[in-house]
Amino acid sequence: MIEFREVSVRYPRRDVEALSAVSLTAARGALTAVVGPNGSGKSTLVRALVGRVPVAGGAILVNGTPVDESGRRSLATRVAVVVQREEPAFPLQVREYVALGRYPHLGLFRAPSRGDRAAVDDALARMAAAHLADRSISELSGGEWQRVRLARAVAQGADAIVLDEPTTFLDIAHEMGVFELMSRLAREGRAVLLVSHQLNLVARFADHIVLLHRGHVAACGAPADVMQGAVLERVYEWPLVITRDPAVGALALVPLRSPARD
Amino acid sequence: MRLSRWLLLVAVLLLATVLGVAYGTLHLSLVDVLHGVTGTGSATEVAVVRQLRLPRVLLAALVGAGLGASGAALQGATRNGLAEPYLLGVSGGAAVGAVIAVALHAPVAVVPLCGLAGALAAVALSLVVARASGGQGDARVVLMAGVVVGAFANAAIMVALAGVDANAVRGALWWMMGSAADASWVQVRALAACVAIGVALLLGLARAIDLLALGEDAAAGMGVNVARVTLAVYVAGALLAAGTVAAAGLVGFVGLLVPHLARMAGARTHRSIIGAAALGGGALVVLADLAARVAHPPAELPLGAVTAILGVPFFLARLRKLT
Repeated sequence: MIEFREVSVRYPRRDVEALSAVSLTAARGALTAVVGPNGSGKSTLVRALVGRVPVAGGAILVNGTPVDESGRRSLATRVAVVVQREEPAFPLQVREYVALGRYPHLGLFRAPSRGDRAAVDDALARMAAAHLADRSISELSGGEWQRVRLARAVAQGADAIVLDEPTTFLDIAHEMGVFELMSRLAREGRAVLLVSHQLNLVARFADHIVLLHRGHVAACGAPADVMQGAVLERVYEWPLVITRDPAVGALALVPLRSPARD
Repeated sequence: MRLSRWLLLVAVLLLATVLGVAYGTLHLSLVDVLHGVTGTGSATEVAVVRQLRLPRVLLAALVGAGLGASGAALQGATRNGLAEPYLLGVSGGAAVGAVIAVALHAPVAVVPLCGLAGALAAVALSLVVARASGGQGDARVVLMAGVVVGAFANAAIMVALAGVDANAVRGALWWMMGSAADASWVQVRALAACVAIGVALLLGLARAIDLLALGEDAAAGMGVNVARVTLAVYVAGALLAAGTVAAAGLVGFVGLLVPHLARMAGARTHRSIIGAAALGGGALVVLADLAARVAHPPAELPLGAVTAILGVPFFLARLRKLT
């Protein structure tokens, strides 16, 4: 379980806090989504979790232990993070890349054991990427690359997974594929915390949604609690309507054309 | 990397070593080389092999190994294929130290030590500048700090050289262009210790470098202490470079070129890349030193010029492939 308790973050030389007393919980067995406009603090949450920005107030806990009381490697055995931007400088084979997920268990010196190799094979199979194992990561399509990144996170063996916009630039099929995989990871008992811009897919897949606005929690709860037209219109500063998708019955957001053009 | 490629690399290094000992102003056969090494040949053979060629070839191999391993680690940690061992102002700092020693008419044996001191001072200054800027763990800030310190060092060299006589300038320039000509067993032993420690440290950090090469946020998410590991790679890489500078002056392009060759040979993880770059760098500098000796006898070409001549066409070919 991942908990943010009244977490505040202020970047150096900035007047405004990027996160202001933000509280949220990503429970085991559930897909929790963080949504919000650009600059609302979504990625800052992830960066604070992995210690890339200093937390000015509050606490972040994983399985009840504050992250600043855990060593980096110890934390990485409990929570795997798939960050937004990851551009490998030099190509690796897919299997070698997924095996990097075992770093928190191996450290600098321990050689990979049979168990580590089995964890890599298992992660590749679970993410339907076993057939890519011998390919170079530089040859993968966008959808394959996201699947392989998920496999790397699964190989990390953590019971909590955080993903920062894993479906950016993906077509419909690959986007749906990634959401299905994330949903399956949650159903298997992991705490999955997803940062996303895809409100309609989040409304269909997430168990819990947290809406951020200028570093504050503007709304949170089940999809029906957050997918409220008035709240979303205020946060996104754009006219929209909330409807129910006739085919699947899920709540859906439809942004309207600019009032000046309609 | 496949075992056959590792064996090939070792074979190339051994072959280069044998050629380096055999060829020069006086050509020796393989049998002569063996007699010289075992001390069973003529007094001339034994003296040439044991006192001149062998320490020179081993020193060249160690210089190449150190620069290759350092360049491979720094390219990985900075995620930049253009990073090289001299990036923290090592070359400029070493040159300042050496030029000051030459300008003060210090004994020849003191010049490399002053070069080492200058290199270490430049590394320390680069890291202090990066820390003062608040970006010690940020590769871009550290690289810029190294550029600033290097530029300052170049200015200091010109000021120092302006006041000395022509012979001193020539001596300083020769040292700055690199040479293994004055190799001694003392230097070989000192550099062997430096390279063994430096390469072992970098191999130990190799797994974390693999993660850094994915990006700093990604590495942090997998449990790497980004600031600490990055600093350790910079310090180990720069000290390795400083050790080679003290032994043979500035030998450019090796640390830049060899990691690319290691990757082309099939090395992908940094444990393989650093190991292959150490072996390949050793072979390259031994062959470059051999070329420097035999290309234009009786004169010797500067070692750094030969490595640069070898490196430029390679990078032009890479550039052509990229465009």
